Amino acid sequence: MFGDFTAVNAITFNVSKGEIFGFLGANGAGKTTAMKMLIGILKPTSGDATVAGFDVAKQRESIKKNIGYMSQKFALYNDLTITENITFFGGIYGLSRAEIKNKTKVLLDDLQLQNVANTLVGELPLGWKQKLAFSVATLHEPKIVFLDEPTGGVDPITRRQFWEMIYKSANQGTTVFVTTHYMDEAEYCDRISIMVNGKIEALDAPKKLKEQFGSDTINEVFLKLARG
Amino acid sequence: MNPFFGFIKKEIYHILRDKRSLIILLGMPVVQILLFGFAITNEINNVDIAILDHSKDVATREITNKISSSKYFSINRLITNEANIKTVFKKGKVKAVIVFEKDFSRNLIRDRKATVQIITDATDPNTANTISNYISSILQNYQKEQNKATPPTYQIVSKTRMVYNPELKSAYMFVPGVMTVILMLISAMMTSISITREKELGTMEVLLVSPLKPIQVITGKVVPYIFLSVFNAIVIVVLGIFVFKMPVQGSLFWLGLESVLFIITSLALGILISTLSATQQTAMMLSLMGLMLPTILLSGFIFPISSMPVILQVISNIIPAKWFIIIVKGILLKGVNMAFIWKETLVLMAMALFFIGLSVKKYKTRLE
Repeated sequence: MFGDFTAVNAITFNVSKGEIFGFLGANGAGKTTAMKMLIGILKPTSGDATVAGFDVAKQRESIKKNIGYMSQKFALYNDLTITENITFFGGIYGLSRAEIKNKTKVLLDDLQLQNVANTLVGELPLGWKQKLAFSVATLHEPKIVFLDEPTGGVDPITRRQFWEMIYKSANQGTTVFVTTHYMDEAEYCDRISIMVNGKIEALDAPKKLKEQFGSDTINEVFLKLARG
Repeated sequence: MNPFFGFIKKEIYHILRDKRSLIILLGMPVVQILLFGFAITNEINNVDIAILDHSKDVATREITNKISSSKYFSINRLITNEANIKTVFKKGKVKAVIVFEKDFSRNLIRDRKATVQIITDATDPNTANTISNYISSILQNYQKEQNKATPPTYQIVSKTRMVYNPELKSAYMFVPGVMTVILMLISAMMTSISITREKELGTMEVLLVSPLKPIQVITGKVVPYIFLSVFNAIVIVVLGIFVFKMPVQGSLFWLGLESVLFIITSLALGILISTLSATQQTAMMLSLMGLMLPTILLSGFIFPISSMPVILQVISNIIPAKWFIIIVKGILLKGVNMAFIWKETLVLMAMALFFIGLSVKKYKTRLE
């Protein structure tokens, strides 16, 4: 078991290592808030949670070293080039110069961005930016990566590619905690939880949830839950 | 790689790539100092005046010559009757009219007394005052010359000496002032904007989730502006010395240290503003209204504090700029050392510590 926590609404669940855990809910259901508590920028009013084996309330510094985070807003620097962004974020996670150099090369090859390595990030198309942001968030090989609606406003092809990157990360042992309101993306997750009004109403593998609610898609499951 | 240096490097990229802000940052001190230096001045030069001479005799002609030969006045026209006075003022060019009474010379000799009327355009009260003082002093000089032969029975001689600025150059006043305003502007406004920009873009959140400590983030944002501000301070002092012939009576070393102290105080204010505002625009408005205006109006830069109402005099004490201006003037013009400005220095230090403490506290509570 890995990363066991109790959410604000007093529902306990575990996320295991290498799992892709989907956090679903309508806008305002409390997804982002719950995530911010886990990554230590909001303090929970009560309850305990551990992330990567560390206590959220007491060991924030240790957690920070072991997680990656991609926020809802695009959070790379538009006035820095791709290489400069990678160097900067690698630097604040304490990677050595040599490590940064290696990782930059691998990352640029993977994303096929070698030709634009010295282009300002602000000039890239949104889809490329999102993929780059994910790679930067996982640059320091965190145990868990938190993705807050990473594919908002991205075209279907890029979304597909984005999820391939998520799979690849998970296969290498990184736990992925992802919020989304695209129900088709939910199908890609190992397990999902559906939040309605701050409470987790369902939590299981997508396939089992569909069986349990007698629906063909997660979309239907979600609508049934949301309408109560 | 040291995370902190990486951070500063990133900050420098931000500053260098924002060309418009960079031009403002580096150009503003030069433009301001030249503007204040050449355009805004309390001295008068070649003011147009008119003469209404009812007697046209030796004495009035001599006085008129004296006035027109001074560099302060040029005689725009000679008018012939009282009705014209209104007209010349309405036209606007003439700022003062000098009226000699009828039989000026004769009165002077017979009654030992003659009258000159000085009428000034007081739509600009300061200039009007200065003009009338200058004319009076020319008249007095004339009188003294006439009295040489027959000294009066007794007289009080006032000998005025203007120390520290004998020529009453306004540059001596505005160089310290502009320096204060610029340092405050760059330090407080620019840092508050650059911190709120990260908040607005969402990168601040990412930085806070990273292993960087909040104090490292803030210091990293602030350090480049310390250097930029020190550079600007040097530019202003150099321009002051070479273009406006400011004297440097005291030690430039102490001036530098005091400037750094003031810069740190301003930076702390900038950080405080950034914790209070969510957007760059709010930060800018807060800096302008909350810092710039009081700095210009209540610091003694332009308006003397001693002539303000008591309540404003009290308020002026909490303006860091007031203390810095006293220090700068002391060092540059009077050549004083620490023995004379330690009090002001302590006040600035206390303010710096207070604002740093407050902003760190505010910054922390925001995160929790």
